[in-house]
Amino acid sequence: MDTTYAITLCEGTSCMQQGMRHLSAVLDEQLEKHGLKDRVKINISGCLGMCHKGPIMVVNPGYTLYGGLKEADVVQIVEEHLIKGRPIARLVIEEDHLFNRFFRIFGDVNFFGKQMRIALRNCGIIDPENIDNYLALRGYEALAKALTDMTPQGVIDELKTSGLRGRGGAGFPTGLKWQFTADQDNDEKYVICNADEGDPGAFMDRSAIEGDPHTVLEGMIIGGYAIGATQGIIYIRAEYPLAIERLEKAIDQAREHGLLGDNILDTDFCFDLEIRLGAGAFVCGEETALIQSIEGGRGMPRPRPPYPSVSGLFGKPTLINNVETWANIPVVIVDGGEWFSSIGTEKSKGTKVFALAGKVVNTGLIEVPMGTTLREIIYDIGGGIPNGKSFKAIQTGGPSGGCLPAEYLDTPVDYESLAEAGSIMGSGGMIVIDEDSCMVDIAKFFLEFTQSESCGKCTPCREGTKRMFEILTRITEGKGCEGDIEKLERLGDMIQKSSLCGLGQSAPNPVLSTIKNFREEYEEHIRDHICRAKVCTSLIAYKVNDACVGCGACKRACPVHAISGRTKQKHTIDQTQCVRCGICFTTCKFNAIDKI
Amino acid sequence: MKETVNITINGKAYEVDAGQTIMQAADACGYHIPRLCYHPDLSIEGACRVCIVEVEGQRNYVASCAYPVNEGMVIATNSAAIRRARRDIVELLVDNHPQDCHTCERDGNCELQTLAFAMGIRKRHFEGERKKFEQDLSSPSVVRDPEKCILCGRCVRMCKEIQGINALGYANRGFNTVVVPAYNMPFGESVCSHCGQCINVCPTAAFTEHNYTQEVFEKLNDPDFVKVVHIAPAVRAAIGESFGLEPGQDMEQETVAALRRLGFDFVFDTQFAADLTIMEEGSEFLERLQGKGKLPMITSCCPGWINTMEKFHPDFIDNVSTCKSPMSMMSSVIKTYFAKKNNMDPAQLFVVSVMPCTAKKCEAARPEHTIDGRPSTDLVITTRELAWMIKSAGIDFVNLQGEAFDKPLGMSSGAAPIFGVTGGVMEAAVRTAYELYTGETLTDIELEAIRGFEGIKETSLDIDGTTINVAVAHGLGNTARLLDILRKEPNRYHFVEIMACPGGCVGGGGQPYPMVNSIPLDEECLQKRAEVLYGIDRGNTIRRSHENPEIQRLYKEFLGRPLSEISHELLHTEYGQKKPQGIVSGKLTQ
Repeated sequence: MDTTYAITLCEGTSCMQQGMRHLSAVLDEQLEKHGLKDRVKINISGCLGMCHKGPIMVVNPGYTLYGGLKEADVVQIVEEHLIKGRPIARLVIEEDHLFNRFFRIFGDVNFFGKQMRIALRNCGIIDPENIDNYLALRGYEALAKALTDMTPQGVIDELKTSGLRGRGGAGFPTGLKWQFTADQDNDEKYVICNADEGDPGAFMDRSAIEGDPHTVLEGMIIGGYAIGATQGIIYIRAEYPLAIERLEKAIDQAREHGLLGDNILDTDFCFDLEIRLGAGAFVCGEETALIQSIEGGRGMPRPRPPYPSVSGLFGKPTLINNVETWANIPVVIVDGGEWFSSIGTEKSKGTKVFALAGKVVNTGLIEVPMGTTLREIIYDIGGGIPNGKSFKAIQTGGPSGGCLPAEYLDTPVDYESLAEAGSIMGSGGMIVIDEDSCMVDIAKFFLEFTQSESCGKCTPCREGTKRMFEILTRITEGKGCEGDIEKLERLGDMIQKSSLCGLGQSAPNPVLSTIKNFREEYEEHIRDHICRAKVCTSLIAYKVNDACVGCGACKRACPVHAISGRTKQKHTIDQTQCVRCGICFTTCKFNAIDKI
Repeated sequence: MKETVNITINGKAYEVDAGQTIMQAADACGYHIPRLCYHPDLSIEGACRVCIVEVEGQRNYVASCAYPVNEGMVIATNSAAIRRARRDIVELLVDNHPQDCHTCERDGNCELQTLAFAMGIRKRHFEGERKKFEQDLSSPSVVRDPEKCILCGRCVRMCKEIQGINALGYANRGFNTVVVPAYNMPFGESVCSHCGQCINVCPTAAFTEHNYTQEVFEKLNDPDFVKVVHIAPAVRAAIGESFGLEPGQDMEQETVAALRRLGFDFVFDTQFAADLTIMEEGSEFLERLQGKGKLPMITSCCPGWINTMEKFHPDFIDNVSTCKSPMSMMSSVIKTYFAKKNNMDPAQLFVVSVMPCTAKKCEAARPEHTIDGRPSTDLVITTRELAWMIKSAGIDFVNLQGEAFDKPLGMSSGAAPIFGVTGGVMEAAVRTAYELYTGETLTDIELEAIRGFEGIKETSLDIDGTTINVAVAHGLGNTARLLDILRKEPNRYHFVEIMACPGGCVGGGGQPYPMVNSIPLDEECLQKRAEVLYGIDRGNTIRRSHENPEIQRLYKEFLGRPLSEISHELLHTEYGQKKPQGIVSGKLTQ
């Protein structure tokens, strides 16, 4: 039987500069020449991170890693490896980055072939309930290295070199945060993992914990070592029972193996972890509200300064990072900060996990190097818009993010570029929107969420988002007035600048960005009473057209008996009774009902 | 750290102390940044966002109450952008607030009104739904009106940080956020001590006292009753503020005149009963000193303290003096001694007391404080309620010719007015106890060591060779701390005075609201009120309770002697543990 192969060519900047395009053309030629085109799939990936050994090619199955390729090497690979099944030893490189394992197994899958899994490196290839799996894949090697070969300051320096920034959304330089906390002179310090993940539909952190809890634990223990803490807390939302269970098991197993508790790995370092559950509040993902919640209080944020690194949990210096940030730490320590900083863009290093959702063919969790463009994510990895619909917008950053239209598709995904475009990185939500969605309705949907989750402490967020929501509701009901858009802009601007915490500061984002990028839709709703996407029920109507054969199916289906007509005769919908539920529209088998 | 930093406010350079917030620095430089949730005695919330300012280099506005000053900071407190943002924020508060200023308790003296006016809100841009909550009338002392609440959180912080009672907290989220007692139970059934400090700090009418002025006016017009009123010390020290006078004016004689014009038949002075309380309590203390009762003895005149003691510190029930408060002693004496002396049927006496206190309304309703099955005090009104009644009746208070109290229950010694200040009851008791014990007159009668607003004060006295240690606490938070000390060292003190309100009764839950440019519980204001009372003491020739001739007559004609059987029946009471609702604690379920 002839083996089918999947070849991944690294098209990171470095490999491209070293001639990958030419090699790619040579490969194509060779495959054509030998009639192998239907047996060999070519994947293009972003930077695989081994730039000094480039150009890089990965051949799967078997995960053979070729580097330093020239044209003659490519020819030889096709002849020896693909046709005769014999990998060429002299071209194989032994780079053994932590993330390679995932690639080894899934590198031939199109969807994964274009990603770079660092935080999610073990998800899907280990049993998360078995610490031995984690240990076999160089698990806790970073901890051992840190405790025995590095000083706490050395760990922090490595982190600074890496350029890692907080993955919870704010993007604060992690090394700097660790430095601030380490610099505090206090015997009692805390390390916290923010696993509250409140964005509706987001599941990056959940998957990371469910798939590989130990990477988070390892990261936290290293963090405790670096700043001088002996106690860590994982604050996880109660709605993640499986993740909680896996965490508990992982903590137990780590303790059994001497990786948590007293004298870890026979050093003087003592550190232990406990789990605290959330209770259903989005605002408890905000760090100061989270701390209040752990202290037993109501999750309401506190003014900063003082920052948690100075005065956090119980008033002590506290290092609080997101799950994904912690998951990156072991890789930074083992593979080095310098290597890590070679991935991504100038100011945003490493990779980011995104939850790709909405109107896109491939939905799911992806992890890509910073700098990958939105277009690549939506079309190359996501597979584009299904059902032949056209792309309308992409919302990044969850309910606090902005909606970017097509002209922003070439925006590279990094903190600065997204902010400049008018959105945010957030924790990684990415929702693709097609022509069938109404931007005003979407803005209203997200504002409803943030208003209901507002903790109620500060006036702009508590009262202001409610008023913005009322205006948006009126607009979607066809009762918008001249001046409403200006009111939304005025309120939105004030709420962004005056709110106490990030929830309020970012709640107006969906509204303001849709007004900026889709103002005509708002104006159409207000002035013309038109919803071009035909979503806002008050602005649409259902009418029977001449294709109607009088079968009566719609009449029977209508919940408010708004349809009348005799059998075999064209039916009519009474517009005064119709509640725009759309059941007749979906029931009709003859396309005899128009949505206008 | 450097001692000072250089900052710029609105374009002008200033050198200010380091280590303070922008608001504090601005105040010191003469810029009063508008504020709502900030109070110097309470923790910083940064909640209202009214005090926002622009700081160069910061993308967002910062709350000046929380943000520290730094070298070189450039601050704008009144730029066009900040003015507009601040105006919008205050409008948002007004938009979710009842529009009934004309019929509201705080009309003319409401912080929201003042702010809205200062912001120049002329047209409303953001009106929409308004929150709907029921008024909570379940407590005899404090009424909650959540619709008027602007969620500044001062009440929550006052009750938590200073009083330590934690009766109030936030519930729900977003538009539905509200401040409620735990489990949203009726306020009257909660752990609330009725001290009324929430009323004092509330910027609007979300908290007010349970108002009985209508009932009093009705009775004043009822010819079938003999209307008797008595007023507490702290009332005369503060009531002038309700009429625009500076704090620190003694308006005793004007108040007596006003009460007569309102229609009261007899105007007595609760201070008389303060002297009576000293006689009874001083004697009780001496008995306990000789082994007939538990030490330390703790005063019992403060109903906020009694409420808290019965709910949370029942292990001290036997320590508390059995004496009723001056208010209840007074009302008892009126409905017995006074009625008899004047051949009146006690059933026809209607006794109103004017108190600086909201918890007194609760005390008056206690089943133990009855005469012949009827309450001894029929109604309690606060200083604020009386001030309103005087205004409502069109009496020109500040220009009244002063009048004296009626006899015989109108005379008091100098030891009586100081009951209204923290430490005063102890001082008054010591003056008498010393003499009763030693037979000699105490000459140094102003005990400086227990005056002032330190949370817990203590001193020792030598009474004829015996050292007596006394302690004074004010504010329920300090009270709890003192009680914890007592639990660890039960023999540390012999006599303890407790007042639930910070500053004592001068800072009571029923005292006048602060003036327009002042803050609630301003210490300077409390100090001035206290000085009035100390001044009355100094101005009195008789400064010891036992030297009050009317007191001596009362004993001679009616009571016999302190702690006699009649005294016990009319002037003493008992307490019982009250389990607060919804509290589950090992310590309390005994």
